[in-house]
Amino acid sequence: MKRALGDWLLLGLTGAAVLVVLALMAVLFGLILVEGVPQLSGEFLTAAPSADMTGGGVGPALFGTAMMTLLMTVAVVPVGVATGIWLAEYAPKGSRLARWVRAAVANLAGVPSIVFGLFGLGFFILFVGRGVDRLFHGGEPVWGQPSLLWASLTLAVLTLPVVIVTTEESLRAVPDELREAALGLGATRFQTTFRVVVPNAARGVLTGVILAIGRGAGEVAPIIFTGAANFLPELPTDPREMFMHLGYHVYALSTQSPNVDAARPALFGTVLVLMTLSFGLSAVAMVLRHRMGGARS
Amino acid sequence: MSREATHPALPAERRQRKLGRFHTPWSHRLAERLLAVLATTAIGAVALIFLFIGREALPLLWESEALEELGGWAGLFLPQQWRGYEEASFVWQPVGHPGKFSLVPLFVGTLKVTLLTMLLSVPLGVGGAIYVSQYAPRRVRDVVKPLIELLAGVPSVVLGFFALVVLASWVQDGLGLTYRLNGLVAALGLSLTVVPVVFTISEDALQTVPRSLVEASHALGARRYQTILQVVLPAAIPGIAAAIVLGFGRAIGETMIVLMASGNAAVVDLFDATSSVRTVTATIAAELGEVSRGDAHWRVLFLLGVLLFTITYLLNQAGRAITEHLQARFTGAEAKR
Repeated sequence: MKRALGDWLLLGLTGAAVLVVLALMAVLFGLILVEGVPQLSGEFLTAAPSADMTGGGVGPALFGTAMMTLLMTVAVVPVGVATGIWLAEYAPKGSRLARWVRAAVANLAGVPSIVFGLFGLGFFILFVGRGVDRLFHGGEPVWGQPSLLWASLTLAVLTLPVVIVTTEESLRAVPDELREAALGLGATRFQTTFRVVVPNAARGVLTGVILAIGRGAGEVAPIIFTGAANFLPELPTDPREMFMHLGYHVYALSTQSPNVDAARPALFGTVLVLMTLSFGLSAVAMVLRHRMGGARS
Repeated sequence: MSREATHPALPAERRQRKLGRFHTPWSHRLAERLLAVLATTAIGAVALIFLFIGREALPLLWESEALEELGGWAGLFLPQQWRGYEEASFVWQPVGHPGKFSLVPLFVGTLKVTLLTMLLSVPLGVGGAIYVSQYAPRRVRDVVKPLIELLAGVPSVVLGFFALVVLASWVQDGLGLTYRLNGLVAALGLSLTVVPVVFTISEDALQTVPRSLVEASHALGARRYQTILQVVLPAAIPGIAAAIVLGFGRAIGETMIVLMASGNAAVVDLFDATSSVRTVTATIAAELGEVSRGDAHWRVLFLLGVLLFTITYLLNQAGRAITEHLQARFTGAEAKR
């Protein structure tokens, strides 16, 4: 069909919208690569920041981010995957508990990240931590202060909905024939779930976990009050210590540095490392998901 | 299975249950119980969030001393006459003497940045969704859609950094401004997180418009653009509305981008896009580290958290209600055919 003037207009306007977004993305990624890659070196990845944070590297921040992400993953995966499995395989049809769990998950996904920070401070540090201190340490602040542990648990709550939703979705995508076949062979429901359904959905579950890790590794707002330190050249040896974090380091470098121009190279280097960690993981998850979608359809 | 246990089993039946395929080892049953218990964690988390943020904020209701320091509820919500000001005004200046705690500038700031963000992101997101779902060849769509979705995976602190370092210079040079950081820069940065949300959900909504509607429109001789604007778009409106509401909620709750790029001065001026802005989220992030627990200021910051939680909760509920309405509408239409 020959295109009318209106078609050219609509095509032009909507196409331009896509181009604007893609162009901004190209500038964003291009700049980070161009200015960030020259900063990368073994020293940059391992050394502590020095000279008012304009020199040295991101060693402690990289280590802190990795440890935080690890603790967060250990906390969120069992609970998230279990909830996903229960929702997909066990929740009775029309069950009130399942409806409540789903509503809670949807809610949790919409809570602003700074509110998680307030929650981590109010619950983990001031209630749980201070409570333990009062009981066992005579009120000395041992647990009741910002730390790696509390920041990780706060982020575990933040990433919980991601793990739950992707786990449930990928379990639901497993065809019912597999379940029926397993049950028909005399397997219990438990055996069916864990030997047939879950292994068949493993890739989707993994996608969800990676997505959550990528999201959690990059969040800054929730850890400002729960554990991130501005400058702490020593590596944390105890989960009750504070830690440096790549994202928080980006924030500190770009807003609190006494000399912004001198800090620029270190800033771009840090952004690149953070992006590789957090965004790289999300990208892997996206590829996994799209490949999976293609295979099924 | 529990129903079977309520009537006394015959011996044969009991043996059957022990040997037959209905027999479930106790360890399996215990593990299944454990799954259900773990599944309640999400409910617990939501309850704890509300409870423990409220615990720090709500003593304002009965601690008359703290409330007095704020100038009562009027001090939070109504204009006050301060020394050095010509008329009664809304001022957020918690560390001044006396401290000025009007919440109005913060909410005006959040509203302004959010509206500007939506003004930028809705045309980009919905426009992009129309192009990708209606015009783009399949090969282009398969590349562009995941590419824009990738943007949602960029940490917000990186987008804040991008707004601060790059977008701020563009805006300053383009508009000839004295100060680099303002509401417009923050809104541009925020758009980068909101566009993928609006785009993805709108595109899904446009994609699910039944093919029959498009074919009927073409058969009646409508041009392609007429079909898109008058048939496809109206049919997808509930989904697009949900996308906009969810994007709005995302923009209100975002912290790092506004903290880094908005200038953070609490100016009450809803219509000047290039004035500095202090939002609710940035205020919490910037000030909580400097107050001691139990202060009036501390309680107000947690009160802001409670309000933020409530607002985003309502927005998400609205978004979900709209999506469900959309599903009901399409499955209903499907059934009638």
